[in-house]
Amino acid sequence: MAESPFKADIEKVQKEYGEKMTPGAIVYIPGSSVVNKTGGWRVFMPKFDKDKCIRCFMCYTLCPEPAIYLDEESYPVFDYDYCKGCGICANECPTKAIEMVRETK
Amino acid sequence: MPKKVISGNYAAAYATKHARVEVVAAYPITPQTSIIEKIAEFIANGEVENLEYVPVESEHSAMAACIGASATGARTFTATSAQGLALMHEMLHWAAGARLPVVMVDVNRAMAPPWSVWDDQTDSLAQRDTGWLQFYAENNQEVYDGVLMAFKIGEHEKVNLPVMIIESAFILSHTYDVVDMLEQEEVDEFLPPRKPLYSLTDFDNPFSIGALGTPADYYEFRYKIAKAMEEAKKIIKEVGKEFGEKFGRDYSQMIELYKTDDADIVFMGMGSLMGTVKEAVDILRSEGYKVGAAKVRWFRPFPREELYELAKSVQGIAVLDRNFSFGQEGILFNEAKGILYNTDAKPIMKNYIVGLGGRDLTVNDVRKIANNMKKIIEKGELDKEIDWYHLKR
Amino acid sequence: MELPADVKKRLTLPAEEHFYAGHTACQGCGAALGLRYVLKVYGNKTIFTIPACCSTIIAGPWPYSAFNAPLFHTAFETTGAVIGGIEAALKAKGYKVKGEDGVMVVGWAGDGGTADIGLQALSGFLERGHDGLYIMYDNEAYMNTGIQRSSSTPYGAWTTNTPGGKKRFLERKPKKKVIDIVIAHKPAYAATASVAYPEDFMRKLKKAKAIKGPSFIQLFAPCPTGWRSPTDKTIELARLAVQTAYFPLFEYENGKYKLNMPSPKKEPKPLEEYLKLQGRFKYMTKEDMEILQEWVLKEWEELKKKAEIFG
Repeated sequence: MAESPFKADIEKVQKEYGEKMTPGAIVYIPGSSVVNKTGGWRVFMPKFDKDKCIRCFMCYTLCPEPAIYLDEESYPVFDYDYCKGCGICANECPTKAIEMVRETK
Repeated sequence: MPKKVISGNYAAAYATKHARVEVVAAYPITPQTSIIEKIAEFIANGEVENLEYVPVESEHSAMAACIGASATGARTFTATSAQGLALMHEMLHWAAGARLPVVMVDVNRAMAPPWSVWDDQTDSLAQRDTGWLQFYAENNQEVYDGVLMAFKIGEHEKVNLPVMIIESAFILSHTYDVVDMLEQEEVDEFLPPRKPLYSLTDFDNPFSIGALGTPADYYEFRYKIAKAMEEAKKIIKEVGKEFGEKFGRDYSQMIELYKTDDADIVFMGMGSLMGTVKEAVDILRSEGYKVGAAKVRWFRPFPREELYELAKSVQGIAVLDRNFSFGQEGILFNEAKGILYNTDAKPIMKNYIVGLGGRDLTVNDVRKIANNMKKIIEKGELDKEIDWYHLKR
Repeated sequence: MELPADVKKRLTLPAEEHFYAGHTACQGCGAALGLRYVLKVYGNKTIFTIPACCSTIIAGPWPYSAFNAPLFHTAFETTGAVIGGIEAALKAKGYKVKGEDGVMVVGWAGDGGTADIGLQALSGFLERGHDGLYIMYDNEAYMNTGIQRSSSTPYGAWTTNTPGGKKRFLERKPKKKVIDIVIAHKPAYAATASVAYPEDFMRKLKKAKAIKGPSFIQLFAPCPTGWRSPTDKTIELARLAVQTAYFPLFEYENGKYKLNMPSPKKEPKPLEEYLKLQGRFKYMTKEDMEILQEWVLKEWEELKKKAEIFG
């Protein structure tokens, strides 16, 4: 499993901001947005069929979150912590290797 | 030390040069223009180094550019007046909220219509709630000293707030007077390079500034500014004292008291008109009046404690406002009266609206005001609270 | 994670992410995707300025930030002035601005903040020749305030203050050509770009950094929320906008125009293909569509002529 490219120190964000009100509303931990698990917004989720994938990186390139990164074999990995389920990846996939399915929890 | 006979505007310009300002963004407006002309001249003559002058297309953009420059760590200056200051209004809040110690000279000028380019304090007082420190200069020397102190106070690690130095249109801005300027080395020693609270150039640990503050946090950010303003009082006094010790002109008092020790009546006001009032105090004292003057140097933060100490010892305070808040009263009067309400100091206070749009206040006027105040104190009651003193009757 | 060498080679965009997930853009947001590209290309030695717009929210409320780069939030109409001030400060402090290893200065503003309230500051930025890049991400209305028309809203569009209704009160003015206003300033570099063509956009970003002087890019960024379009159609719509010549790709440099159309030989597709995918155009009559189609082709012909004459 590939690791997330986001290196913000989530623990530090959660711990420090509670106590430290920075003047001027300064955010001093860049990328602290990763604390927000926006995957909770999702209604449809991308279902990936590795067999159909030609590794064109279209899904990776066009993800606005970004919630798709690449594994060691350069197949896309869907980060469901952040994927909002917009479906751009499925719509743009040239081989229909991604299908949006209603999420049942 | 080099003494020069210069205008208030040139005094401001020289102070920015000696303060080694790094970015000036400004837009011309009468009577501010000779400040930025002089700064441009410094650049043209090669008298300043590392100064970027941004000739913006409006005052709103002037303040916006100053804010961008200040957030990038630069020592930043601008100057404006009246309509220009009003146009900046939105960004004045921004500079304070983003905690950027921009320094600005506002040349007090009346708001239009009718068009007027003459002295009036309503333009700057209308900005009182923006989070800027406000210093009202009495003379050209105070303009020069004020600008130098403004950088030191605003940039102080406990303050980090913008500062407005205010001078009167024409009475100071264009009138030549002796200004005792400091040597560059003296200023360098007094005012070292700025150490910003944050800078956008910190690429290894990039900051984002001014993000959305939800109801859960906004309140605390405002409190921080309020606290910094309160802290600024201490810093103002410290810096004012240091300035006095080093250069012989003491600014440790936020309200300058002139012959108030045994005074029954005190004239209170701000800016250049207090020069006339002090002159009048001397004359009136020679005529037997027990009068004094209280010049409010810093309107923000307001020296509440100093006002209280003064108010305890006098019978009457005549507040001279070269400004007016429509539907209410003179702005200094309103504030001073409000501050004393919850104290045991209860002098009789009357508001004289004087000098709007550059009308002169003379020594004779001050005598008439003294006579009026005397009568009120004898009777123990006000004839009226707000007196449009100059009104053509 | 380090990507394998062969993958890196095949990837047309930089692998590093400086725009972080967890941001609060709507699903399928074109602007968010645009930001991701800008941050990928420029990295964190870039000072961003963002005025009031969706991206204020996208970047995150305090204490969150999706940016791994310095970011200054500013008031609506001030982007051009603030980036001018930042650039002046960098110069005064002795930083190298732009170029290979220099600091990049980027203003990122919406169409309302550029075509309307920020136009004066933009003009000042261009005219004074500040060394920076102004990106107008164009989603054709005030989306952050709830979809009100801007001067960049196209003819016939529904917005919440051109709501249609019995009186057919829709947007009746053609889209303001901000890029033409920009070019009238003779900037160092000006271009249109689209989130559907990331390679083209990123090439333009690199150019804007290499060229000395003020640069401007108008980035077409569909907004599913405001356009009443399916969230998965963002790229498809942006692509159709180019293919129909509704939003042609071109660049302006040294007085020369150059078209960057993906299929230069092809005639523009019928505009209807683009319009019918969006709820905001559903109140248009046949006649309205013809008016808009005619406008698109007229503008397209004009642009082609410019590219011919000033190519």
